Amino acid sequence: MDICRENDALQISDLDPFLAELLRQIPASTNPEGLPAAEQRIFSAPADTKQKQLCSEWKTYVEPELRRLFQSATETVTSDLAQLNGNEKSLRNCTLRIPLDHADAWLNALNQARLVIAAKYAFTESELNDHYHSPVGSRRDLGLFQVNFYGFLQEFILRELDNN
Amino acid sequence: MAHGDSALLILNQKAVPTTVEKPTIEQETKSEEEFDLPWHVVVHNDPINLMTYVTMVFQRVFGYPREKAERHMLEVHHKGRSILWSGVRERAELYVQQLHGYLLLATLEKVS
Repeated sequence: MDICRENDALQISDLDPFLAELLRQIPASTNPEGLPAAEQRIFSAPADTKQKQLCSEWKTYVEPELRRLFQSATETVTSDLAQLNGNEKSLRNCTLRIPLDHADAWLNALNQARLVIAAKYAFTESELNDHYHSPVGSRRDLGLFQVNFYGFLQEFILRELDNN
Repeated sequence: MAHGDSALLILNQKAVPTTVEKPTIEQETKSEEEFDLPWHVVVHNDPINLMTYVTMVFQRVFGYPREKAERHMLEVHHKGRSILWSGVRERAELYVQQLHGYLLLATLEKVS
């Protein structure tokens, strides 16, 4: 896999089918539904639970806005990922082009996905810091690989935003 | 965001057409001091958010220069939390909302 800046876009080329599939899974991975720990982390409390009124007003007024923001970021990423459609059966490597204008949406969606996956598998801090964990032998291992791979993409996007 | 702590001024006027009485002004019994107490915007450590990402968010949300943003990020990382800003409640709420938009663990704390 190659990742570089091409004018006003970030380009991920020589993407093998396995990594392309992990990218395709980003939108689905952002969904915290049915995972109370993930929902709690994505929509965290704004204050100590003793501040009942503040927390309840937050749920009413702020949470819906946050949901819209996260949904919009995920939709942007989903539309960019359409470039990878049709390659499911192909063993050929493919390329993904992310407009620099979409960088914030990608950072947000990748973060949502990483938080949801980490909450789903209840990864410990030491597991998350073990970037050389291998091999991928279970669904949980794959989840850890996903968290690290998405983190790698975030680092790249952040570096390019910094250079912009 | 709406909240219930703001001072309420209620004007009670009786419906007497010929004379106009001086309006009664009712006020909540919260002292001035209580309103003046600042709120802290606190960011808590979490093992998922990247250090470079957290630094970028602090720069964007608070307009801090990179060095200051990094100092706060490292404080969060090493001490588990950092007070990013203190001041009036409405602005503190806005900051926490923005930080939640970036998926950081942030809370408001009333200075006691």
